[in-house]
Amino acid sequence: MFSNLAEKLQSALAKLKGRGKLSEQDVEQALREVRLALLEADVNFRVVKDFLARVKERAVGQEVMQSLTPGQQVVKIVHEELTALMGGSHARLNLAGRPPHVIMLVGLQGAGKTTSAAKLANALRKQSHRPLLVAADVYRPAAIRQLQVLGDQLGIPVFTLGERHDPVDIAQAGVSHAKSHGNDLVIIDTAGRLHIDDELMDELARMSSAVQPKETLLVLDAMTGQEAVNVAERFNQQLELTGFILTKLDGDARGGAALSVRAVVGKPIKYVGVGEKVDALEPFHPERMASRILGMGDVLTLIEKAQASMDAETAQKMAAKLRTADFTLEDFLDQLRQVRNMGPLDQILGMIPGLAGAKQLQGLQVDEKQLKRIEAIIQSMTPEERAQPHIINGSRRRRIARGSGTSVQDVNRLLKQFEQTRALFKQLGGGRGPRRPKGMLARLFGH
Amino acid sequence: MAFGGGWLQRLREGLARTRAGLAERVDALLGGRIDEEVFEGLEEALIQADTGVATTMRIMDALRERVRRESPRDASAVKAMLQEEILAVLKPVARPLNVKPEGLTAMLIVGVNGAGKTTSIGKLAYRFRHEGRRVIVGAADTFRAAAIEQLQAWGERAGVPVIAHQAGADPAAVAFDAAQAALARGADILLVDTAGRLQTRTNLMEELKKVHRVLKERLGGELAEVLLVLDATTGQNGLSQARLFGQAVPLSGIILTKLDGTAKGGIVIAIAGELGLPVKLVGVGESVDDLQEFDPEAFVKALFS
Ligand SMILES: Nc1nc2c(ncn2[C@@H]2O[C@H](COP(=O)(O)OP(=O)(O)OP(=O)(O)O)[C@@H](O)[C@H]2O)c(=O)[nH]1
Ligand SMILES: [Mg+2]
Repeated sequence: MFSNLAEKLQSALAKLKGRGKLSEQDVEQALREVRLALLEADVNFRVVKDFLARVKERAVGQEVMQSLTPGQQVVKIVHEELTALMGGSHARLNLAGRPPHVIMLVGLQGAGKTTSAAKLANALRKQSHRPLLVAADVYRPAAIRQLQVLGDQLGIPVFTLGERHDPVDIAQAGVSHAKSHGNDLVIIDTAGRLHIDDELMDELARMSSAVQPKETLLVLDAMTGQEAVNVAERFNQQLELTGFILTKLDGDARGGAALSVRAVVGKPIKYVGVGEKVDALEPFHPERMASRILGMGDVLTLIEKAQASMDAETAQKMAAKLRTADFTLEDFLDQLRQVRNMGPLDQILGMIPGLAGAKQLQGLQVDEKQLKRIEAIIQSMTPEERAQPHIINGSRRRRIARGSGTSVQDVNRLLKQFEQTRALFKQLGGGRGPRRPKGMLARLFGH
Repeated sequence: MAFGGGWLQRLREGLARTRAGLAERVDALLGGRIDEEVFEGLEEALIQADTGVATTMRIMDALRERVRRESPRDASAVKAMLQEEILAVLKPVARPLNVKPEGLTAMLIVGVNGAGKTTSIGKLAYRFRHEGRRVIVGAADTFRAAAIEQLQAWGERAGVPVIAHQAGADPAAVAFDAAQAALARGADILLVDTAGRLQTRTNLMEELKKVHRVLKERLGGELAEVLLVLDATTGQNGLSQARLFGQAVPLSGIILTKLDGTAKGGIVIAIAGELGLPVKLVGVGESVDDLQEFDPEAFVKALFS
């Protein structure tokens, strides 16, 4: 999904050669691609501008770290700053003081408020709270019913006065109901509304002063574009938001709106919605979000992981082999063993810009069981076969399959994967093709 | 936080300024000489409307080329040229709904969660009903809580029957029954609502394909319309929605909803440029009659206001 962009980035990064301090030119070149990435992710263009200006200020003149190229270094700084801007660590709900604690969910139409209300109630009940859901959307047809159905599914009480009451009254009555029924949490589902609808925005303000919420969360669709800043700002002016819930993150939206609203309103994203089921609500992870918005695969994590789990000698040998494309089945096995310590291979490789989404890698996974099978197959080969896999003909395949307790198809599959990997590494390591990051894997392996 | 607190404040002030100022700034620039600032202002307006980087760059390149060729007198002529460039993309896709002069006209409505599918169906049902047509609506969103009740409420508003099963029923079976009922009762219009789904959920897209297939088989031919409902607030993901829904079912057009907000819906320019998918209607509110034809001129004018 991100491969295109990753490719672009990688080629931009590859242009940055040399060591020493980051020059203004280095930084500008890398940032041009980053700017594109952020805009493609729907980060508001003003936020992008100001953000990158800050990054540039910080990056120019910095010493380039041993293990990184200047381009990677710039991206590392961008990533750090993005993470920092989005709030460092997970921001919890503020439920201090005397219960019942009121949480108001607000937002545009169709953002996902009702579903989020149910998910939040479910999550907080797991933390030993006794939530009450309050159905204050009297406008959308069957909105109250929707909340009731969800409440029934969860066994969480839903308070409603029907559609003929003022939402402010409903909210207030809901809080009284919670007090007399021992609910320590009141989660109010409000109707979706446009941030420019003065009448309805005023209604929210009145509700807020009537029930004094501890948390007022703006529910925001992760697919929102440039308008996210306006929406967040208007809601914040009216209501003093305490944070956001970012919904529909289970799709392929890059979610730049997260950065936009964080930047303009300065309030944290507290939860993210990742599915339609009632338990598909997760705490927000700024770092993951930063990677997602940047959309370039987490080069740096990869490098760190690779450095930590590869011993220098193997790495050096491997790098040499990759350069000469003299890569045997034994190396393949070796490499799978090394990589196993880092996580699934396709995921690891997916983190390398330029490799993300490479078709050859799909289905190339290394789980424990598979690795055992691969080991068995390779160990059933003669040294000659391992060094020169092309001599493995049909009868040899049958023998190997028998010897390793696998099937001929397994052997075939392994040989095919090996060939593909070799071809790919050759391409990368040998610097074939335009602007291929020469020796990228070598660098990756600590060279 | 890695940055000093001050910059966020500055950014916020800057944003407020930009928003208030963009239109005026562009207009102010337009009074004067044609320089880089003019192009930048227009480019920003396009980006801010969610047109996307690639499409914006393509349009701006064409604009620069034209300005070089035609050397307009002042900057306001440049703006007019830009509007023409965008109109050249949008006019071909501004097309009316395909309503058959006789026989049953069937429409399947698809889209991501919360885009405005059910509401748009309510509005369509109301409109057709008031044109004197016999309408039947199928409630094939059997997944979302109270989706059926929501559609039934719209059916009452519009005064049209809604064919529904129980929550959790097979959506394709509902679609089949709705088609059956429409044929049996000699209806003019069949509108089928579907559950919201993210376009990357392959199993749900398979389910959608099945609903479409069943309808097509029962009706003995392709549907008159398979409409993607797209929220105007959507950013660059809109392109992915159009692409992936289009891969699952033969989309015939878009209903662009929530244009009554401040979002400009510029992503339809990118979609028009890349996929040529027609824009058939726009949603401008939550009432029964808040559905309008897509007017490219008005749309383009709004991009710069
Ligand atoms: N302001 C405005 N709101 C709209 C418009 N169209 C739909 N809505 C609102 O958007 C919200 C979601 O609309 P629905 O019709 O329920 O959307 P849906 O696509 O059917 O949603 P799911 O079935 O849950 O996926 C509702 O509150 C609608 O009233 C529009 O053109 N303008
Ligand atoms: Mg619906």
